Amino acid sequence: MTEYYKAEDLDRFGEMGKGNPELFRKFMDWYTGALRPGVLNKREKVLIGLAVAHAIQCPYCIDAYTKSCLEEGMNLEHITEAVHVASAVRGGASLIHGIQAHNAIDKLSL
Amino acid sequence: MITKFKDKVAETLETPLMSEGITSLQVNLGYSCNMACKHCHVGAGPGRSEEMNKDTIDIVLDSVRKYDIRTLDITGGAPELNPHFIYLVKEAKKTGCHIIARSNLTIFFEKGFERIPEFYQENNIEITASLPYYLDSGVDRVRGAGTFHRSIEALKLLNSLGYGNGSGGRRLNLVYNPSGIFLAPAQDCLEEEYRRELTSRYGIVFSRLFVFSNMPVGRFRTHLEKTGALERYLKTLEDSFNPSTLDGLMCRHLVSVGWDGALYDCDFNQALDLHIEAPYPSHIRDFDRELLGRREIRLGDHCYGCTAGQGST
Repeated sequence: MTEYYKAEDLDRFGEMGKGNPELFRKFMDWYTGALRPGVLNKREKVLIGLAVAHAIQCPYCIDAYTKSCLEEGMNLEHITEAVHVASAVRGGASLIHGIQAHNAIDKLSL
Repeated sequence: MITKFKDKVAETLETPLMSEGITSLQVNLGYSCNMACKHCHVGAGPGRSEEMNKDTIDIVLDSVRKYDIRTLDITGGAPELNPHFIYLVKEAKKTGCHIIARSNLTIFFEKGFERIPEFYQENNIEITASLPYYLDSGVDRVRGAGTFHRSIEALKLLNSLGYGNGSGGRRLNLVYNPSGIFLAPAQDCLEEEYRRELTSRYGIVFSRLFVFSNMPVGRFRTHLEKTGALERYLKTLEDSFNPSTLDGLMCRHLVSVGWDGALYDCDFNQALDLHIEAPYPSHIRDFDRELLGRREIRLGDHCYGCTAGQGST
């Protein structure tokens, strides 16, 4: 499985248009639009991208958004803090489900 | 494979890249340096012995006087290490030209160079100094242990001498370059961040931040080759080609003088030994401002480094 994700495959992303060019074009338009500076600037958007990349653990996204963050003038400290935020939210999401377990206990208990 | 830079320019301008007249003379005093930064395009360091001799410096000064050069941009290595540095500055100052010194800042703490900051102040020299980041991580890795701390102390010292605070006209510019294989951010955004962080963390002020990409030349190119990243980096630079940067390219407005007096279109061509060719003068002893001011610029694929994104000049 170490060969499952290959760095060079990221450059082949455009091949995903082969099966359905129209849907791929729509995706790319949407993706490009979502990343374009709006009320959030580019720096803020790539930092969100980096955090999400870690939350969903996509190796391609992690590589791509780490580079984007560096190109926006951020460094190891910024990136590490963002990963902690992503991890903390993700951890919190698990922890809050403990309430569901507690609820279940309540239902099952005498 | 990338498109040759020369072809890219021809396609964009429909003419070769030409000089638009010389407003500035950039003089490289040699490759000796107290540091050996990983990204240095001239490969400067303590082991380098190349330095401009006094005869060549006198010819540079003759050219400054004869052609009324208004800006002298002094670089190296660490230019302060050249034994004739003080002489060059004092004599050039007498002509009334504006002088910019490109300093690594840490030279101020080397034995025998402690008076350099005051010398800069007394002669109202504009300082353009390397500070690749406002946090220490990354800087010491690229430039050597302790560099960041010494740079901060040097900047505080320069501020105390009136540099960078807008008073007395003493300009202190900082230079950012990426500490790895990635492009530089937008200058305006990063300048704002440098200003905020350097002021709040260290009480440091400065005039301008210049953002430069790393040129695929010298030690940085060696690193790209070693890590197998050269082709991808060149492609990234090409993909980021911005035609609007062509007007302001430094090579169109200056001539670079090498430590041995050879003439180049820029410091990067100097590092690659791509000197100015006939029919234009190729040595400072033959300097002709008018002729050189309408020369065709010698190009290479490294030139993509100056046209990527917002440009590096």
